[in-house]
Amino acid sequence: MLAYIGRRLLATLPVMAVVAVFVFSMLRLTPGDPASIIAGAAATSQDIVLIRQKLGLDRPIVSQFFIWLGHVLSGDFGESFFYKKQVAELIADRVGPTLALATLTMALSILISVPLGVVAAYRQGTWLDRVVMGFSVLGFSVPVFVIGYALIYVFSIRLNWLPVQGYQPISGGFGGFVQRLILPSLTLSVIYIALIARITRTSVLEVLGEDYIRTARAKGLTNRVVLMRHALRNAAVPIVTVVGLGIALLIGGVVVTESVFSIPGLGRLTVDAVLARDYPTVQAVILLFSVTYVLINLLVDVAYPLLDPRIRY
Amino acid sequence: MLNLRSCKLALPTTVAALVATFVMVNAEAQTTLRVVKHSDLKIVDPIWTTAYITRDHGYMIYDTLFATDANNQIKPQMVEKFDLSADKLTYTFTLRSGLLWHDGKPVTAEDCVASIKRWGAKDAMGQKMMSFVKDMPVVDAGTFQIVLSAPTGLVLTALGKPSSAVPFMMPRRVAETSPNEQISDYTGSGPFVFKKDEWKPGDKAVYVKFDKYKPRTEPPSGLAGGKVAKVDRVEWKVVADQQTAVNALIAGEIDFIEQPSHDLLPILRNESSIKLVDWNPLGNQYAFRFNTTAKPFDNVKIRQALLYAFNQEDFLQATIGDKQYYKTCKALFVCGTPLASDKGMDGLLESNFAKAQALLKEAGYDGTPIVLMHSTDLQVLTNLAPVAKSLMEKAGFKVDMQSMDWQTLVARRAKKDPPTQGGWHAFITSWVSADILNPVSTAFLNSSCDKALFGWPCDAQIEKLRDDFARETDPARQKAIAEAVQVRWTQYPTHIHLGQWYQPGASRKNVDGYVVAPASVFWNIGKTGK
Repeated sequence: MLAYIGRRLLATLPVMAVVAVFVFSMLRLTPGDPASIIAGAAATSQDIVLIRQKLGLDRPIVSQFFIWLGHVLSGDFGESFFYKKQVAELIADRVGPTLALATLTMALSILISVPLGVVAAYRQGTWLDRVVMGFSVLGFSVPVFVIGYALIYVFSIRLNWLPVQGYQPISGGFGGFVQRLILPSLTLSVIYIALIARITRTSVLEVLGEDYIRTARAKGLTNRVVLMRHALRNAAVPIVTVVGLGIALLIGGVVVTESVFSIPGLGRLTVDAVLARDYPTVQAVILLFSVTYVLINLLVDVAYPLLDPRIRY
Repeated sequence: MLNLRSCKLALPTTVAALVATFVMVNAEAQTTLRVVKHSDLKIVDPIWTTAYITRDHGYMIYDTLFATDANNQIKPQMVEKFDLSADKLTYTFTLRSGLLWHDGKPVTAEDCVASIKRWGAKDAMGQKMMSFVKDMPVVDAGTFQIVLSAPTGLVLTALGKPSSAVPFMMPRRVAETSPNEQISDYTGSGPFVFKKDEWKPGDKAVYVKFDKYKPRTEPPSGLAGGKVAKVDRVEWKVVADQQTAVNALIAGEIDFIEQPSHDLLPILRNESSIKLVDWNPLGNQYAFRFNTTAKPFDNVKIRQALLYAFNQEDFLQATIGDKQYYKTCKALFVCGTPLASDKGMDGLLESNFAKAQALLKEAGYDGTPIVLMHSTDLQVLTNLAPVAKSLMEKAGFKVDMQSMDWQTLVARRAKKDPPTQGGWHAFITSWVSADILNPVSTAFLNSSCDKALFGWPCDAQIEKLRDDFARETDPARQKAIAEAVQVRWTQYPTHIHLGQWYQPGASRKNVDGYVVAPASVFWNIGKTGK
């Protein structure tokens, strides 16, 4: 297993290299010029040229790439063109809210969707099954921001139970921290609940037809034990796969939620940086997302043998 | 050992504790004004950049020697008294006593001279003013002079300039930073102090009241008068989504939205706890900018054809919609201000397509498609280019409207490449009216060829008139020159003004004292309760 993990970690290096080349070149190919944006409306051509020189944007692209790569390999992601802060510092400021939002979203999603999916499979064909599947379709179809606005309208404006927007770090008080995350997490979790519930139902349905389930029932075990200990456990592999994919997708999904609920996270930082052509920030954030995605996939693969001892690497 | 009784007792206690942590108790004794501005504060040097958000940041923490009041008159601010020598060549300025920087040190004449120099090196109006300045000697700690090589009416106008770049005063050590570098020390002498440690770009910027600020005794008027900070703390929160900002205002989580989008104003108007605040009655002006270096817009007659083809009402209807928030105005220099005039504008901007077509024919227009850049992500600009396309086509132009985000447009407008190879013919933008009050400050009138702004108009007559305006000290003669500029502009269009529009702010009703000015400022504003 350790050898497998080691091989997978080594394999991330060429992946990251490809991502680095891709994101660097895509940014440079995108129309727009950070020097013009920084210089402002009243700038002369000379102002723009000076800024371009200062930012190193007048050098050949290949030189820019290797200079940037060299810095990244030594842990320096550079300085934001706009915020005049180290990119690492900007990311450190923003990673907390995104992590909090993503964690609560996945926790809610798993806690709600897995039991829903199991119950839907167990009650296949009944009204409960249809309701769960109907909700699942709705969850895929309704855009995230519509769900967000609807929840804000009901719980913030009408009932005044929860705040409309904002983020409070946990150091500012646990109550406020959770309060401000409830609506955004619920908003974002709808689509994941839909996805995971559906996969759970399908996977559990397959397993429920197996001989060992019939044996378990014949032994007189309760439905709860049959479902949770035998069926779910054997159905877990595809569910874990989808959860892993969901976490990776979540990285992109937080952008809209962070905008709607005004959470100063990595998603908004990425959008703002892209719109402003803040190359160092965009490059660093994309690299971070890529590493995260690769590690999540690795964790999912490592989880398989724990769930199914027949799987060996 | 756990037992049922202890669990039963523990449970409600735990729940109560959890509920208590959910109750939002406002333990702050100080008043905090929570504001959603039009943009995120990224750059904090108001001399280095002309971005309005940075200008507004400047008004929080800096002060100015002079300022423009509500009647568009220049009034002393940091200056106690000033005089002009009989030969009109020497201004002597004496600072008010007791002015302090945020670090407690006194404001001196040396600080002011250094600040003027830095601003004058960067700002277009400042550069014009400095072209007349021979010397700026410091007389004593509170007095300095500006010695001119020739008389000019620009000195007070420039030093009291309301909008970007505003000549904010900074400590000498800060003002000696090269104008091509950004400052890193945010010490000012204004009514608020910038809390750099609490500044989170993309999230919020925080200002606290400067207790040692010495306001003038007059009531506030525009950007002049007494600047009394009536709240302890001002937070500029970044709320990217307009609907969320409106919801937060209704819920009482924020106190003021500086520029809510026009389509949300009806919601705000109907909310009993909200009022609309017309803090900038001068508003803004749309402008259609030509690239005079790109055929066929290098031909004056073809540009003049658009003066006949366009009308302002169509643009304003398409973008603003509600007549309450826009005004057609043929004056180049903003209706309602001293230099506004309709001279030379008869028959223009009335969509006379026949006249436009005649001019095109006379000019020999060969059907070259006009590359019109269309920005799609700024709500107040998005609908303008399609209207322009429609009117231009009715006048006989062929139009190639190309859609892009604003930042792409900004990059492309700096290019002089042929329009078919990444260049451009035209685009539409908006100016804050305070920036276009006279021929010198109106950047689009600068016709100094390659030294002009993108579009690069080249006309010696307009430049001569602008220079004459800069030299003139008599207001009546300044007006005559401004009218002459407007008349010349009809003969050599550098851009076309497409009407004035206004965007009120929205505030909770328990907040009052808003100052009517071209920039949203936060002195004089008080807040009661929540």
